[in-house]
Amino acid sequence: MKRFLPLGIVVFLVAVFLGMMLSDRNPNEIDSVLIGRPAPAFSIDSLSADTPPLTEADLKTGEPVLVNFFASWCVPCRAEHDSLMELAGRYRVPLIGIAYKNDPAKAVGFLNELGNPFSKTGLDLDGRVGIDWGVSGVPETFLIDGSGVIRYRHWGPIVGDSLEARLLPELEALR
Amino acid sequence: MAGLQTRKKQRLVVVSLAVTTLVGASLLVLLALGGDSLSLFLQPSDIKDRQVETGQHFRLGGLVETGSFSRLDDGLTYRFAVTDCLATQPVEFTGLLPDLFREGQGVVTEGELNSSGVFIASTVLAKHDENYRPPGTMPKAEGQCSHPNDQAAAASYTGG
Amino acid sequence: MAGEIGHFALILALFFALTGAVMPHVGAYRKDTRLMALGDRAVYAQFLMAATAFGTLTYAFVTSDFSVINVATNSHTLKPMLYKISGVWGNHEGSLLFWVLNLTLFGALVSWRGSKLPLQFRGRVLAVQSLLVLGFLMFILFTSNPFERLDPAPIEGNGLNPLLQDPGLAFHPPMLYLGYVGLSVAFSFAVAALIEGEVTPLWARWVRPWALLAWVFLTGGIALGSWWAYYELGWGGWWFWDPVENASFMPWLAAAALLHSAIVVEKRDALKSWTILLAIVAFSLSLLGTFLVRSGVITSVHAFATDPARGIFILAFLALVVGGSLTLYAWRAPKMAPSGLFGFVSRESALVVNNIFLSTFAAVVLVGTLYPLFVEAFGAGQITVGPPFFEYAAAVLMSPLIVALGLGPLLAWKRGNIGRAAQIVIPALVVAAVAGVVLVWQTSGGFVMTAFGLGLAAWLIASVLLEIASRIRLFAAPGKAMTGLKKITRAQWGMSMAHAGLAVILLGITISEAFTSEKLVVMAPGDTADVAGYSFTFEGVAPVAGPNFTAVRGFFTVREGDAILTSLTPEDRVYANPPMNTTEAAIYPLFSGDLYAVVGEAAGAGRWSVRLYFKPMISAIWLGALMMMIGGILSLSDTRLRIGLPTGKKQAQKPSAKAAPKTGPKTVQGARA
Repeated sequence: MKRFLPLGIVVFLVAVFLGMMLSDRNPNEIDSVLIGRPAPAFSIDSLSADTPPLTEADLKTGEPVLVNFFASWCVPCRAEHDSLMELAGRYRVPLIGIAYKNDPAKAVGFLNELGNPFSKTGLDLDGRVGIDWGVSGVPETFLIDGSGVIRYRHWGPIVGDSLEARLLPELEALR
Repeated sequence: MAGLQTRKKQRLVVVSLAVTTLVGASLLVLLALGGDSLSLFLQPSDIKDRQVETGQHFRLGGLVETGSFSRLDDGLTYRFAVTDCLATQPVEFTGLLPDLFREGQGVVTEGELNSSGVFIASTVLAKHDENYRPPGTMPKAEGQCSHPNDQAAAASYTGG
Repeated sequence: MAGEIGHFALILALFFALTGAVMPHVGAYRKDTRLMALGDRAVYAQFLMAATAFGTLTYAFVTSDFSVINVATNSHTLKPMLYKISGVWGNHEGSLLFWVLNLTLFGALVSWRGSKLPLQFRGRVLAVQSLLVLGFLMFILFTSNPFERLDPAPIEGNGLNPLLQDPGLAFHPPMLYLGYVGLSVAFSFAVAALIEGEVTPLWARWVRPWALLAWVFLTGGIALGSWWAYYELGWGGWWFWDPVENASFMPWLAAAALLHSAIVVEKRDALKSWTILLAIVAFSLSLLGTFLVRSGVITSVHAFATDPARGIFILAFLALVVGGSLTLYAWRAPKMAPSGLFGFVSRESALVVNNIFLSTFAAVVLVGTLYPLFVEAFGAGQITVGPPFFEYAAAVLMSPLIVALGLGPLLAWKRGNIGRAAQIVIPALVVAAVAGVVLVWQTSGGFVMTAFGLGLAAWLIASVLLEIASRIRLFAAPGKAMTGLKKITRAQWGMSMAHAGLAVILLGITISEAFTSEKLVVMAPGDTADVAGYSFTFEGVAPVAGPNFTAVRGFFTVREGDAILTSLTPEDRVYANPPMNTTEAAIYPLFSGDLYAVVGEAAGAGRWSVRLYFKPMISAIWLGALMMMIGGILSLSDTRLRIGLPTGKKQAQKPSAKAAPKTGPKTVQGARA
C-alpha cells in the first residue's frame, strides 16, 4: 500500500494547484454574465450639482458609449486616465464616468486635476450600482451599444496595448 | 531461515527509524505552524475586522498611499500610509527603504501596532526580481480597487 | 531571418525528440538493435537543433535585433555585452530554451559517455530523456515562443531589470538550471530501470556521478544566488526562506540524499526502491520549483494573469511526468527486493540516517512552502510561514544529521564497531564541548544556541580530520603517514572536503548570525561611526556615471585603531532603462569578517542615511559552499567514479557484478584500515 503513497501525495498537490489556478482568483477569466443583456437599471446623482441624475436611459443614445467605473483613491485609475482622454478626444467616444465608493468632492478634484473625459458623470457612493453591474474592482469599463445592451467588459485599467488591441476593435465592431 | 529473519529485522530497523523521524517532524511542523513562526498576512481593512491587538506581530500588505510619504528630522525614520483602498493604516519605519519602494506601489511590511494605532514596521520587504511580486498586496475581495501590478502585466510591452 | 531559423530548428528538434522517445522502446520490444541505437542519434540531433536555436537567440540579443519581441522586451543597445548575453536566459522564454538546451546536452553526454551501458538500457534512458525534451519543446512552441516577431520593430529595447544586471546573477540561473536539468539524468535512469524491472549495484554506479554533477551545480547556483542577495539587496541578509529560494533548496536536499543512498545500492544492493524513488522525487522537485515560479501560484495568480495557459501547461506536464513515473514506481517497486544485508551499526546505517533526515527536511520545507497556499485554497485567509519555522526545522533536523555525519565515515561497511569509532572521535567530542563551553563562558551565559552550533561545527571539522588521521594511521604509525596520505583516493578527499564544507558553512551561519554588529545612522561628511571596533569615516558623496546608469557614490574610510584599513564606496544607482534604483553595497572582506556599507538617501543639510555592518565570518558560508563544490568535483574526477566509466578494475575481474553485491576497492573500506 505504501508504494502508492507518493503518487497519492502528488495527485493531491496537483488537484490543489489546479483548483488555485482555475478558481476566481483570476478575474481576467470571468466573463460578466451581463454581456449581451441590457444594462441594469439605476438612477444616481451626477457629480456636478446642476445636472439631472444619471439613469440607464442615458445609455440608450443610439450610438455606442463607454461606462467607466473610477475612484480618486484608485491608483490604476490614474494610469488609465490618458487612455480615457484619448478615447474622448481623438476617437470621439461618449464616455460616462461613475465614481465608485468615492467622496464626491474628491472625485471632482480628481477630474479637475487630470482632466474630465466624461460627457456625463454619476456618483455610486454606496457601491450599489457596482454590485448590480458585477464590478469586481475599479477601474472597470463597459461598452454599451446604442440600445443599452452591454457588449464588452474591460477588466482593470486601459493601459499599454489594451486600448488598441482590445477596446477599439470591440468599439469598431459596433459602429 | 536466519538470513530471512535478519532481513526482516533490518527492514524493521530502517522503517521504524524512518517512521520515528517522520512522526517527530510532523509533530514539529504542527507545533511550529501553531506558534509564532506563522504571521498573519493582513491588509489595512482587515486590521479592524480581526481586532488585532497592540503588540501582535503580523505582516501588513497593500499599496503605499500616494502623497503619504514623509521623513522625520532624524533622517532615518519614515512615515507613510498603506492602503487597500478601503482603509488606510499609518506606518512608521526606521531604516533604509528597499530600492523598489514607491508611492502607489505594492509593499509588504512586518511589525506590530503601537498603542496609538501606528504600525511600527521592523522590516519593509523588497521585491526580489521582476517577476516576483509580494503576495498579499493584492486586493482580496470585491469592491476594492485594482492593483498597479495588474497594470504592469497588461503593459509589459510598453516597459515599466 | 535568423529568428525563423531558430524557430525551425525547434520544430525539427521536436520531431527528433518524438523519434528518440518512441523508437528505442519499439526496438527493445522487437529486439531490434538498430532501432534501440536510434536513441543515440536522436539525442545528438536534438542537441544540435537546440544549440542552433539557442545560438540564434543569443545572436539576436548580441546584435540587438529588436524585431524579436523577446529581445525588445529584455534588452537594450546600451547594455554591456555580458548582460546582453545573460539576457538570453534572464527571461521566461529564453530560460525555457536554456532548459531544453541543457536537457539535450545531458542526453548527448549520456550517450557519449555511456557507450559501455547495455544498448537496450541506454536506449530506454535516452527515450525517457527525449520524452522530457519533447514536453519542454511543446511548452515553448505552443505557449512561449522566444522567436516571435514584433512588427514594426522598435528602435530601442526595454532593457533588463537592473537588479539582474550583475555578474552574480548573470551566472546564478544557468548554474541552477544545469543542476535542475542534471537531475533529469538520474530521473531517466530511474524510469528506465523501472521499465526494465531491475536495479543493480552497477546501476547505482552509473547514476551517482550524474547525481553528483547535478548536486555540484545546484550547490553553486544556490550559493551564487545567496551571495547576490547579500551584496546586491543591500541589507546584509543572504537567505530569506522565500518560496523561490525554497524551490531550489528542496531539489538540493533530495539530490544530496540521492547521492548518498546510491552508495548503499552500490555497496550493499539494498535501499533500491528508495533510491529509485529519490531519483524521481529529486527531479520532480526541480519541476515543482519551475512550476511554482512560473505559474504564479505561489506569488499570486494576479501577477501572471496575462497568460494562464502557461501555468496550466506546466501543471499538466508536471502531473504527467511525476504521476506517470510514480505510477510506474508503484507497479514495479515490489520487484526491487534488496539482496545485501548490513548490520545495525554500519556505514550503511549511517547513510540511512543521513537519508531520513535529509528527506524529512526536504518534506518539511515543502510543507512550509506550500502551507500558505493550502490555507488560502481552503479559504482560511492569508498567512505566511516565516523564517523562524524553517530555522527551527533546520536546527532540529540538521543537528542529529551532523552528529551522524561525524561518526558515519568512521564506521566500517556492513558491520561496524561503534566502540572503535567512538574511541576515534572522542577528541572531536572534546573539541566540540570546549568550543561550546568557551563561547557560553565568554558571553557569560548568553548565546546558548550559538554555542551549540559552534560545538556542532567544531565536532564535524574535528571528526573529518580524525577520520583522515585514522585512515593514514597517523597516530599508530606516524612514519608511514605520508604513504597513507598518497593512498587516499580523490573520492575520499572529495567526501572529506564536502563534509568539512558543511561544517564551515555552519560556522559562518552561527557566528555571523550571533555577532553581527549593525549601525544605522545619518552622517555628514567628516562624521565617524564606530562599528565593532572599526571606525567608519564618511568622506562625502560624488556623482558617477556608468554605461547605462548614473549613481551617487559614498566614500568611507575605515580605520582599525589609527591604521587605515580600506576605503569603501557603496553606490545608489539609478538605471535609465527601465528606470529603477538599485543599491550597491560596498564590502571589504577581512579574515575575521566583512565590512559592509550601504548608502541610503540624502537626509537634508548634506547628510546621508547610511547603514554599516561588521559581519564576522560570513564569508565562511560561501567558502563552505565552494568547498562542497570542490569536494564534488574531486569525487567526480576520481577515475573509479568517472561519468560513463562504470567498469572499474574490480568489475573487469568479476563480470558477474549483478549477482554478488560488490565491494569497492580495498581503500574504500577505509575505517577498517
